[in-house]
Amino acid sequence: MPTLTIDGVEIEVEAGLTVLQACEIAGKEIPHFCYHERLSVAGNCRMCLVEMERAPKPIASCAMPVGDGMVITTDSETVRKARNGVMEFLLINHPLDCPICDQGGECDLQDQAMGYGFDRSRYAEEKRAVKDKDLGPLVSTVMTRCIHCTRCIRFATEIAGVPELGATGRGEHMEVGTYVEKALSSELSGNIIDLCPVGALTSKPYAFNARPWELTKTESIDAMDALGANIRIDTRGAEVLRIVPRNHDDVNEEWISDKTRFACDGLRRQRLDQPYVRKEGKLQPASWDEAFAAISEKAKGASSDKIAAMAGDQADCESMYALKELLNSLGSSNIDCRQDGANIGGGSRAGYLFNSTIAGIEDADAILIVGSNPRLESPVLNARIRKRFLQGPVSIGVIGEEVDLTYRYDYLGAGPDTLAEVADGSHKFAKALNKAKNPMIIVGSGALARSDGAAILGAARKIAEDTGMITDDWNGFNVLHTAASRVGGLDLGFLPSAEFSYGDMDVVYLLGADEIDMQELGDAFVIYQGHHGDAGAHRADVILPGAAYTEKSATFVNLEGRAQRTQLASFPVGEAKEDWAILRALSAELGKTLPFDSLADLRSRMIAATPSLGNLDEVTPAKWGEFGSNDAMASGAFISPIANFFMTDPISRASATMADCTTARDGGSDARSGTNG
Amino acid sequence: MLKDQDRIFTNIYGHHDPFLEGAKSRGDWDGTKKLLANGREWVVETVKASGLRGRGGAGFSTGLKWSFMPKESDGRPHYLVVNADEGEPGTCKDREILRHDPHKLIEGCLIASFAIGANAAYIYVRGEFYRETEALQRAIDEAYEAGLIGNNACGSGWDFECYVHRGMGAYICGEETALIESLEGKKGQPRLKPPFPANAGLYGCPSTVNNVESIAVAPTILRRGADWFAGMGRPNNTGTKLFNISGHVEQPCTVEEEMSIPLKELIEKHAGGVIGGWDNLLAIIPGGASVPCLPKGICDSVLMDFDSLREQQSGLGTAAIMVMDKSTDIVAAIARLSAFYKHESCGQCTPCREGTGWMSRMMARMVEGNASVDEIDLLDQVTRQVEGHTICALGDAAAWPVQGLIRHFRPELEARIEQAKKNAAA
Repeated sequence: MPTLTIDGVEIEVEAGLTVLQACEIAGKEIPHFCYHERLSVAGNCRMCLVEMERAPKPIASCAMPVGDGMVITTDSETVRKARNGVMEFLLINHPLDCPICDQGGECDLQDQAMGYGFDRSRYAEEKRAVKDKDLGPLVSTVMTRCIHCTRCIRFATEIAGVPELGATGRGEHMEVGTYVEKALSSELSGNIIDLCPVGALTSKPYAFNARPWELTKTESIDAMDALGANIRIDTRGAEVLRIVPRNHDDVNEEWISDKTRFACDGLRRQRLDQPYVRKEGKLQPASWDEAFAAISEKAKGASSDKIAAMAGDQADCESMYALKELLNSLGSSNIDCRQDGANIGGGSRAGYLFNSTIAGIEDADAILIVGSNPRLESPVLNARIRKRFLQGPVSIGVIGEEVDLTYRYDYLGAGPDTLAEVADGSHKFAKALNKAKNPMIIVGSGALARSDGAAILGAARKIAEDTGMITDDWNGFNVLHTAASRVGGLDLGFLPSAEFSYGDMDVVYLLGADEIDMQELGDAFVIYQGHHGDAGAHRADVILPGAAYTEKSATFVNLEGRAQRTQLASFPVGEAKEDWAILRALSAELGKTLPFDSLADLRSRMIAATPSLGNLDEVTPAKWGEFGSNDAMASGAFISPIANFFMTDPISRASATMADCTTARDGGSDARSGTNG
Repeated sequence: MLKDQDRIFTNIYGHHDPFLEGAKSRGDWDGTKKLLANGREWVVETVKASGLRGRGGAGFSTGLKWSFMPKESDGRPHYLVVNADEGEPGTCKDREILRHDPHKLIEGCLIASFAIGANAAYIYVRGEFYRETEALQRAIDEAYEAGLIGNNACGSGWDFECYVHRGMGAYICGEETALIESLEGKKGQPRLKPPFPANAGLYGCPSTVNNVESIAVAPTILRRGADWFAGMGRPNNTGTKLFNISGHVEQPCTVEEEMSIPLKELIEKHAGGVIGGWDNLLAIIPGGASVPCLPKGICDSVLMDFDSLREQQSGLGTAAIMVMDKSTDIVAAIARLSAFYKHESCGQCTPCREGTGWMSRMMARMVEGNASVDEIDLLDQVTRQVEGHTICALGDAAAWPVQGLIRHFRPELEARIEQAKKNAAA
């Protein structure tokens, strides 16, 4: 470990760090713009200059690896002069339009100009102006503000794997853009807004909505996919204005997908803000009492084996627990949390988890992806696979759809036939898995949500066992879920005890379930508890308005089996209530009062029943055990369940931004003309 | 004055056949096999002992540079990259070598590649040098044909391939790491150092980048011995050098001369003197556009070598001497150079991208006198904010001419400002 002296203080740091990192460890803040710890080093802003003994000129600390015996000075007159100089250069062509810039208040340039800028400009020449670029419906550009740090270029090229951004032109005429104007095609494009240290790239949907100091910031968890990205919800009053990522090295690093970030405007539209009861074939506004009475009437008349419940993809653990208890107390075990009909659950917990963990992807050296398009199903997880890909030799095989996953892979085949070959060891990729130290299989719902899903799961399990994926310190068997509620629901045992058909039921309770075929519910009396007027609400006979994931404190278990808790950022709209409370109130109405009066009560009972839900932010590892079946697999290619990444749930379907993204992806505004649309 | 028998470039004016027959008659490719048989170590040590300093401008010891290359390959190939992207304003020495003595370069490439353990050399030629590239390629083809390069080059047992790549007209691609980027097919922007090319250069492999002239003189040094080369010039500034003399002289020319020749002697002997006589001299830029100009007083006695010019706060650079007599608008001349650097800055790092534009605009105003006297100091400060703070040396190169102007011609700048004020009042 090299020892170096920073401002007279000796410090020992890990080899391979940069001087900038060492300075930060030593408690010396080094101003910088282009440097970002998750991106490659560019060293172009020159803000991080420090003095090094025996070096004739100040050095860029972000690019200089630490060496033993280095003597670094970070606060000398020379350093200060150098930084002041760089700051002045950055500002001469910057428009200084902070009052009308959305970055104001959270702008690196603004902050550092406070420390290193002059109080007036010495630049008397004409300023540069740069034409703005159209990067699609998400990212707004004011390119005159750009300081050419190239963070966005490096993000797109390295992390997102869509090398669409670059710099054209030389010197003062250098411009960042896509050259041929086009919308960014990455599912992670919104992250360049966070990365941009100035106001050149800002959020288009959030433009001119608020100043950062007006916002209430709530740390929470995302529920748009099964990754459980850590987010911060920024609200003003009752409105969620934007969602930004929080750092969590083991989950989302500091990235979130565009759906996570931009679907929040869907929280303002199509909301269910009061109960409804269907009268004479039409849904009529009703009071909570009327709604409960209507349910009570039907439920009390129905035989217990004719009552069923389905939990949707964004249902939280607390409400699923309450609903399960309620159904059980009514004598029914016709419950399910698998809207897509995935053949998982029931067996070992290891059979439905992403056992390797997300961070564990970086340790894998052979990856087989089966029936999944991780780029659409969990873009941030896909970025992890790309990160692994960039780190060095790894063989990646795909069975399913042949799509651009942002990294190179061997396309093995489309469906179960290829999977069977890998399973019986005759396929050459089986050898790659065998040879690997940490082989990994990722099974997606495109493979599991089919009638032969159990057999496919069994084949995947066989591959895992045969190729040495299951050892004492490595479990390479992974299921990639698409629903935030899924692992929580399976952990809670939100599963039927015996097969049943929703079509045979008299009463069906939908807890935010919109993704099922409503035709299949037949003549059943449907209760829909949820937050958006989507498919479920249209079919419902009674609507109970609930809370979206931003409006409640609730537990979600991500695909690794990591329990995380959301926080209430804004209150449910109108007369809507938190979901567990609705179920608790309904249970009293039905004469089956649930045995808890507070969320804390409910949680202690839920955790007693399922202890892993209490280990917040911890992955509770699962023991390897039985799951899947040994039946024969059917034929037919694996198809990813996500056809449109931007619209997968009631919130994103209600979002105007996501609709714009869909339009842009499908050809954009160019396709529209006076006579066409 | 250099004796004819000590000249290395005996066909610099193209009076003889530039190709294989002619080159052989001038001594090229003579006993190359024997030279290589002395071993890699001997080649490096001989060049080191000759005191040869890089002819591209920075003046770093060529032998030392070669010795930085790993002695044993770690599995990665080594590369020699020859910088023939001669773009420094006023410089036209490499051009003459490519045109009239390409075999000197090719033989040098073989020897240098052997010395650094490279089996391939890439010659990056300035895009505008179309005819020169043709001549070079023809010479390479001849050398392949004659078995001088290729597998078992010259029968030495060393395999050597030589490739020519044409640039696209960017001055910055003459910077060694930008040249490597460009050669790799990327945008020509200098890389951060460390790592230096000797550790990770072309395609991430150990590489050495040398100027055409540095490489082209190497075979002759090996043939005639380090002592012969070191015997010319002053200690630490040895050998011969191609000087390009342009501007207000009677006969602009490229000439090979001994290092450390007095500037005045060089101009009077070879360029026919300054137009209107030595006393008509205003200033000289002694080493290409990047170095500060020198007023007549210094030119009277300064020696043309690295150290002597460094003492005068200028530099030898590429040894392109631009002579300006008293008819010159020196402010306009330097302003033109500032405009050049503004145009050629790659735009990667802040001080150069923003500073070159600022300097150029201020210089444009200085030409008219449309400024205040305080702004001369501001301009000087701006140059110092650029100098030493950039990734590559282009920032320094942009700053130095302006600094030289302010250092030696400040009264001229002030006079113009006064005059402009008077004109405005009248």
